[in-house]
Amino acid sequence: MVETTVAPTRLPATWLVLSFVALAGAATVSISVGAAGLSVDGIVAELVDRLPWIEAESDLSATASGILWQVRMPRIALGVLVGGMLALAGTSYQGIFRNPLADPYLLGVAAGAGLGATLAIVFGPDTGGTSLAVVAPAAFVGALVAAIGSYLLGTVGRATTTSLILAGVAVAAFLTSIQTYVQLRNTDSLRDVVSWMLGRLSTAGWGEIRAILPLVIVSSIVLLLHRRLLDVLALGDDEATALGVQVTTVRLVVLVAASLGTAAVVAVSGLIGFVGIIVPHALRLTIGTSYARLIPLSFVAGATFLVLADLLARTLISPAELPIGVVTAFFGAPFFLGILHLTERAAT
Amino acid sequence: MSAIDFENVSVHYGLEPVLESLSFTVESGSWVSVIGPNGAGKSTMLRALVGLTPFSGSIAIAGRSVERMRRRELARALAYVPQTPEHPAGMSVFDYVMLGRTPHRSYLGSGNSNDLAVVRDILALLDLERLARRPVSSVSGGEAQRAAIARAVAQQAPVLLLDEPTSSLDIARQQEVMNLIDGLRSSEGLTVISTMHDLTLAGQYADRLLLLADGTVRGDGISREVLTTEAIERHYGAYVRVVEDDDGAITVVPLRPGRQAELDEAPSER
Repeated sequence: MVETTVAPTRLPATWLVLSFVALAGAATVSISVGAAGLSVDGIVAELVDRLPWIEAESDLSATASGILWQVRMPRIALGVLVGGMLALAGTSYQGIFRNPLADPYLLGVAAGAGLGATLAIVFGPDTGGTSLAVVAPAAFVGALVAAIGSYLLGTVGRATTTSLILAGVAVAAFLTSIQTYVQLRNTDSLRDVVSWMLGRLSTAGWGEIRAILPLVIVSSIVLLLHRRLLDVLALGDDEATALGVQVTTVRLVVLVAASLGTAAVVAVSGLIGFVGIIVPHALRLTIGTSYARLIPLSFVAGATFLVLADLLARTLISPAELPIGVVTAFFGAPFFLGILHLTERAAT
Repeated sequence: MSAIDFENVSVHYGLEPVLESLSFTVESGSWVSVIGPNGAGKSTMLRALVGLTPFSGSIAIAGRSVERMRRRELARALAYVPQTPEHPAGMSVFDYVMLGRTPHRSYLGSGNSNDLAVVRDILALLDLERLARRPVSSVSGGEAQRAAIARAVAQQAPVLLLDEPTSSLDIARQQEVMNLIDGLRSSEGLTVISTMHDLTLAGQYADRLLLLADGTVRGDGISREVLTTEAIERHYGAYVRVVEDDDGAITVVPLRPGRQAELDEAPSER
């Protein structure tokens, strides 16, 4: 019998719930695993105790409690914000550029943040390396300057997505050349610069999270609200325009939101690659190409991916740590190829 | 009442004129096919009307200047099917047709129950229900073209613009699409403007043909007035025989070079 029930593609509530369960699971494992062994009972009691009107007796020592609240929790919270934001921004960039290779760093955000951070590390007050209080604002400003510069250069004359992408490539190359020059002229800070570039969640404290949280929330809400318009944009500029969409306005709003969010998170975490491109595509392969589904799930999937990547980064060669960017690429690439292989086999 | 008015409309790509002082009127409820050789400006004319190409002069829809209309308003007045519509990978036929409701939504709005009802009715009308869940990128050429027309009809605009609606279809699918458009014109009371390369098909369905060449109108009238061997040779540079059957239908038959002499000696039935 022919299936005649017809309905639009929506995000099934169960999928959303399941994705949050997966994120909660990843966070729970990540909280309890580490150099200092914390009992699951103790962690649960500590968490419950923080809820209003409920008191629970935790068996964790004061030190263990400190590790839980001042080291592991902020690190996981930052993993959620960074991973979620990068994946969401990547999905949005791919939508407005209609280009599968677009990632959140397409408009030179990474190069700008890198230059800002390098200048702060080399010329900033000597605070013994990478003090985020100085480096993060500089990286944030650098990222925004790069994105705005790319947009202005890419929209001179007749603005097309290709001219924007090319402007992004040119701005990134230009800023990277300055960054490389500054870095090579100041080899004493080389280690700090490279360490910042590779990205990490270890420097996280609640202060940084409080600083970037409002931007991540606003940016995510704006992108979430534009998910249906991204589906219209999939028809290309001409057809979307003929359907009454102000394509330039939509593109600008989505670009501003995605770039602001990305600039905020890279300022704190450094340059974590791969999340913004691999998570959206892994999702596309499994749940389809509708932005109505992709946009909400991108944040949760990106957050889960980065929390797990960070868990590996800090446990694989413990007590030393791997740069998280190394983990996202080293484990993310085979994972992605596996999904690609499975879905292609299922399609034939 | 006229649905569309072009008055002295010119379009330039750089310094190159594509349309020059184009003036014509399309009556409400009629089907006008725009014919002419490649590069005559047929697609450009449609694009200017939809607001995709800047022009000088004036274009009005039901008496209102398109330049005074907002994008969404324009999309509620005109539905446009380009020559090769984009069929995004993985998008279901239902979601694709639903995009036609975009001009009826607010900036961030999603579809309401009325939108769903409209889309379901159109899928039924165009016999697309059984394909509703299939990716629009995986259906056949004829089905994809029907989906593109369904999306345009979902806009519920009184004027339907079709750029070469039959260009990539086999002969049966061409008839199917033309019959579908003809049926929609009657059932939905649409005004239709289509650009066509197939002169016979254009002549058999449209009320009126508009021959464009070198960016301007070179012929305007019913098919037997516009489709003459002389006009086709002059503007297309093609040798054809034009045959009119008993009930007035015009067929344009291309002739092989060897038969040109024959054509020259006995020009044609008309």
